[in-house]
Amino acid sequence: MGKMDQAAPQASERYRAGVMKYAQMGYWDAGYVPSDTDVIALFRITPQEGVDPEEAAAAVAGESSTATWTVVWTDRLTACDRYRAKAYRVDPVPGTAGQYFAYIAYDLALFEPGSIANLTASIIGNVFGFKPLKALRLEDMRLPVAYVKTFDGPPTGIVVERERLDKFGRPLLGATIKPKLGLSGKNYGRVVYEALKGGLDFTKDDENINSQPFMHWRDRFLYCMEAVNRAQAATGELKGTYLNVTAGTMEDMYERAEFAKELGSCVIMIDLVIGYTAIQSMSKWSRRNDMILHLHRAGHSTYTRQKSHGVSFRVISKWMRLAGVDHIHAGTVVGKLEGDPNSVQGFYNVLREDHNPVDLQRGLFFEQDWAGLRKVMPVASGGIHAGQMHQLLHYLGEDVVLQFGGGTIGHPMGIAAGATANRVALEAMVLARNEGRDIWNEGPQILEQAARHCTPLKAALETWKDVTFDYASTDMPDFVPTATPA
Amino acid sequence: MRLTQGTFSFLPDLSDAQIRSQIEYCLARGWAVSVEYTDDPHPRNAYWEMYGMPMFDLKDAAGVMAEVDACRKTFPRHYVKVNAFDATHGWEALRLSFIVNRPPNEPGFALEREEGPGRMQRYAIRAYAAARPEGERY
Repeated sequence: MGKMDQAAPQASERYRAGVMKYAQMGYWDAGYVPSDTDVIALFRITPQEGVDPEEAAAAVAGESSTATWTVVWTDRLTACDRYRAKAYRVDPVPGTAGQYFAYIAYDLALFEPGSIANLTASIIGNVFGFKPLKALRLEDMRLPVAYVKTFDGPPTGIVVERERLDKFGRPLLGATIKPKLGLSGKNYGRVVYEALKGGLDFTKDDENINSQPFMHWRDRFLYCMEAVNRAQAATGELKGTYLNVTAGTMEDMYERAEFAKELGSCVIMIDLVIGYTAIQSMSKWSRRNDMILHLHRAGHSTYTRQKSHGVSFRVISKWMRLAGVDHIHAGTVVGKLEGDPNSVQGFYNVLREDHNPVDLQRGLFFEQDWAGLRKVMPVASGGIHAGQMHQLLHYLGEDVVLQFGGGTIGHPMGIAAGATANRVALEAMVLARNEGRDIWNEGPQILEQAARHCTPLKAALETWKDVTFDYASTDMPDFVPTATPA
Repeated sequence: MRLTQGTFSFLPDLSDAQIRSQIEYCLARGWAVSVEYTDDPHPRNAYWEMYGMPMFDLKDAAGVMAEVDACRKTFPRHYVKVNAFDATHGWEALRLSFIVNRPPNEPGFALEREEGPGRMQRYAIRAYAAARPEGERY
């Protein structure tokens, strides 16, 4: 890596009009030691043929901070050395020729406090289309405490959500209402009522349920809250339904959120596609109104799934904890959607822990101190069922919302029975785990035992016993190869 | 109806051996166990009566079980729950909370409504038993 470490050119040389290598412009510094307040980004870079990795890393540093393609004399009107991001380390990706991990440090002064829009406009704003790179992926970021403290973070957080709902010691249970499109408000509310009465804690609008001709949003909200209140009276337990307030404008979203509040809902929902600024606005609204904020990660796979190009979901998780959501879909490991166990546990750790140590096996490249920012409840949703309860508890732990949509609504004895099956399976598994039983190996027997006093669970186990989604993951950590389990 | 608050309400009532096993799980993690009771099971009743203080210094499940039994004997027709409190920084809240005694008959809750403007409804839930004075409800 030494060949770029040339003596810095004289200022008159350096600022002569024309084009020079990014490394020579000051965006590569192998001797740079990041300070505690620097933002650090780790990129996976795939340089074009003939572009050396240090120059490629320097180009990424340049294009994500102060540089343009040519020398500009106006740099000399600024403390430009400070504003230049510095690529300081390039490592070959283990086992993948032609790819490198590039570490780049950014001075804190480059960023507006409390703005994900500003952070991302720098870090992923321009650079992903840069021609000298075949592909570029933002793998991880170290966010300094000084920067973390400029964000409010989750309005509620795991601990307060549990206290508010009086639900401790077990994963929460949810279901997305299906079919996701086409139900009238009245029929939709029926599904909510049956599922909550049967034993779920939450039901959920799907990401694309907004206000369509078959069901306008006010109708949905009114029927859903009738269902929530009926179910609370039937069980004596607090319940919620994620009312999706996603809409075309902020004004519409605020109107929907206000109506949800007037109706007494404890939770609202937004989609990732509304954008970082809208998410932060809804977070502030939720904080002012004692509302749990659920985020559906709609659209993320367009840029998180492929390993060579895009943004890793662990970075999205970090941004969303800063931006301030209470729930975020973060993978199931065993369900129908992408998710290698180690990668998914890495996302969960980012969302739930006070402090993340370096954990290369789970894809965490940096130590991260969350500085007291509240914890985000991950949501596991998509192709999971009661028969996998031991695997879900093993992989995901207890601070998670397990969402069984088809696994509740598709139950042969009806929706309430489907909900009861899931709840009984869950409580039986937690009880057994706490008793010290080996749930990974004894899981199926524990479920069978529980099914002896619960016919709906028996039927669920029978119906879905052979359903698994056993495909290789595309997004696995680079440091220890593992397979997605059955 | 069956009140489904608490971690294990969907399972058949726990036996003493099962309760003790959960208490051992909590004590092994350094959580402080406490016992609470109420005859007002409204889901937003955040403050059940404390049956003594949390047992911060008790490390023996048999001792905790004795407290659970004493509470159940004193209030055989009340709801009784066992809580485990974790004082670890960043959590500082309950980790487990489950019902270990319930009234022989649970009449449940009424859903009351007040008509609002448009189609708005103001909802309230009321325990049928709560109409009577405290201590005479079940």
